Amino acid sequence: MADPALQRPDMPYSQPAESKAVSGAGPVAVRSAPLLRSRGGEIPDRIFKLAMILCGAAVLGTLVLIVYELVLRSGPSWHAFGLKFFGASEWDPVNEKFGALPFIYGTLVSSLLALLIAVPLSVGVAVFTTEMCPVPLRGPLSFFVELLAAIPSVVYGLWAIFVLVPILSNYVEPFLARTLGWTGFFDGPPYGISMLAAAIILAIMIIPIISSITREVLMVVPRHQREAALALGATRWEMIRVGVLRNARAGIVGGIILGLGRALGETMAVTMVIGNRPEIAKSLFAPGYTMASVLANEFSEATGDVYLSALIEIGLALFLVTIVVNALARLLVWSVTRGQAVGTHA
Amino acid sequence: MPENTTMPTLHHVPPIALRRRIVDHMMTAASVLTVLIVLAPLFAIFAYLVYRGIGSINWAFLTQTPKPVGEAGGGMANAIVGSGLILAIASLIGVPLGIGAGIYLAEFGRNRFGDAIRFTADVLNGVPSIVVGIVAYAIVVLSERHFSALAGGVALAIMMIPTITRTTEEMLLLVPRALREAAYGLGIPRWRTTLSITLRTATSGVITGVMLAFARVAGETAPLLFTAFGNQFWNLRINQPTAALPLQIFSYAISPYDEWHRQAWAGALVLIVLIVSAVAAVRIAVRRGTFGAA
Repeated sequence: MADPALQRPDMPYSQPAESKAVSGAGPVAVRSAPLLRSRGGEIPDRIFKLAMILCGAAVLGTLVLIVYELVLRSGPSWHAFGLKFFGASEWDPVNEKFGALPFIYGTLVSSLLALLIAVPLSVGVAVFTTEMCPVPLRGPLSFFVELLAAIPSVVYGLWAIFVLVPILSNYVEPFLARTLGWTGFFDGPPYGISMLAAAIILAIMIIPIISSITREVLMVVPRHQREAALALGATRWEMIRVGVLRNARAGIVGGIILGLGRALGETMAVTMVIGNRPEIAKSLFAPGYTMASVLANEFSEATGDVYLSALIEIGLALFLVTIVVNALARLLVWSVTRGQAVGTHA
Repeated sequence: MPENTTMPTLHHVPPIALRRRIVDHMMTAASVLTVLIVLAPLFAIFAYLVYRGIGSINWAFLTQTPKPVGEAGGGMANAIVGSGLILAIASLIGVPLGIGAGIYLAEFGRNRFGDAIRFTADVLNGVPSIVVGIVAYAIVVLSERHFSALAGGVALAIMMIPTITRTTEEMLLLVPRALREAAYGLGIPRWRTTLSITLRTATSGVITGVMLAFARVAGETAPLLFTAFGNQFWNLRINQPTAALPLQIFSYAISPYDEWHRQAWAGALVLIVLIVSAVAAVRIAVRRGTFGAA
């Protein structure tokens, strides 16, 4: 369009340069054509995309397969006992009478007790690492806490059997029986192998989860919340309570529920110290049984279709509960981290 | 001196009420205490593990199969090799599938289907390991009519996939868009761009994710109980019951024999050392690799 203006007689060299560029466009396009190979590239691209879609579908398929197998194979037990399965407390493989109540009770009580122990400790650790700790100590401290998460469950169980249980039966349980025995929760012979031991080892195992999520949530609390509290004359603790913890509440609850999800499904360490007796006892010194441990102990020895399918039904119940719990936790954590991110942008 | 005269009010601010100051100090002390309480079991576990384990590890432990009850000696060589076999099967299945799914999510997954996969991966991550064991039993053991290393490998693969998928996706999304566009601009087809440019750039992150998944399943016992089942003898066939280190530790720990307890501690120490050194080795290799490439 501006070509006529450029073809000025007083700039004779501009014209050849211009024409060269224009005429050069043709050969360049021709030369680059084999490089592009646009048509030949389409088929490998499609194959690649298809392969990746299949990998993604495999993830989806795995979950579908898990649900399908659990539902299918728990069928006989469902037909035999119906909903009563979850309300009956009889577990008698010989006469093929099965009720899951003692296991549900054991799972719930051991997990909730574990939370009771773990929550104050993990929140305390998270508060210390984000708000009080000298900066050079921060990295090593969270590394150590996360190292707790790397220890295999069976090693926790091993340690619990040979170190934790003797300590409990020699010192802690007699002491609790003397001081709090009248409540009825700390009653009976202090064998060590007990619901209490299971709860303590579970607490140790879920502390890294709760504290690392709490730490993340505390770190997204905007800085000016802290500064505002301090400027109003708050002490450090008041600043943490009003400015930090209150803002991060939902996310901390999310972390706690995530810890609960882990505790509900935890198998080996609990199986090794809980005593594995399908009874509901008020005392925490008494042995118990959880849904996961009954699977671990009895599944490979289960004879008979009903027995096996009763165990699989327990597995299905465990699966459904952990999924609900985990979904709830994710929603809570997301709501906080997302909400805060929006807040800092605004 | 002049500063004192310009800001005299500083000295007249009433001191924080005593009670509030005491509460502040108490809470600080309490949170230091929680840290000590939390770290105590960690150090107790490692100290006890080394104390009980190191005396029991000897050449026989690493090279022999278990002896019958009552005989001293013997080792866990078959369990160490069996664990390696099961983990190799799990990695062969889980790593390509996980990375593939991660690539799908990062490169093509901005749609409903991608969201469904993302949610599924998160759900799978929370499935109790014992339930995964049941499913592997139902799929592999029941159809083969055999406890086998393959069944154990499938169970562990199912547990590896979600972690690998989500970390791969995250790492690929960190690769700048401009890099992809530059590759497209050079006329490189999309599949080649994804594999040789995007995935290559994110290699160290992806490998870290794989190692996290590997370390997580290497110590898993529950899903192996009724899939790999355990074995007192040598076995390298994938369709036979196979010993695994965590299984062996479990059955020795709950046995009533002192000799087996001793070996359980040794096994636990070997397990932890293997996990930690595998992760550390790959981390060092990856770091060197990326520096070499840069």
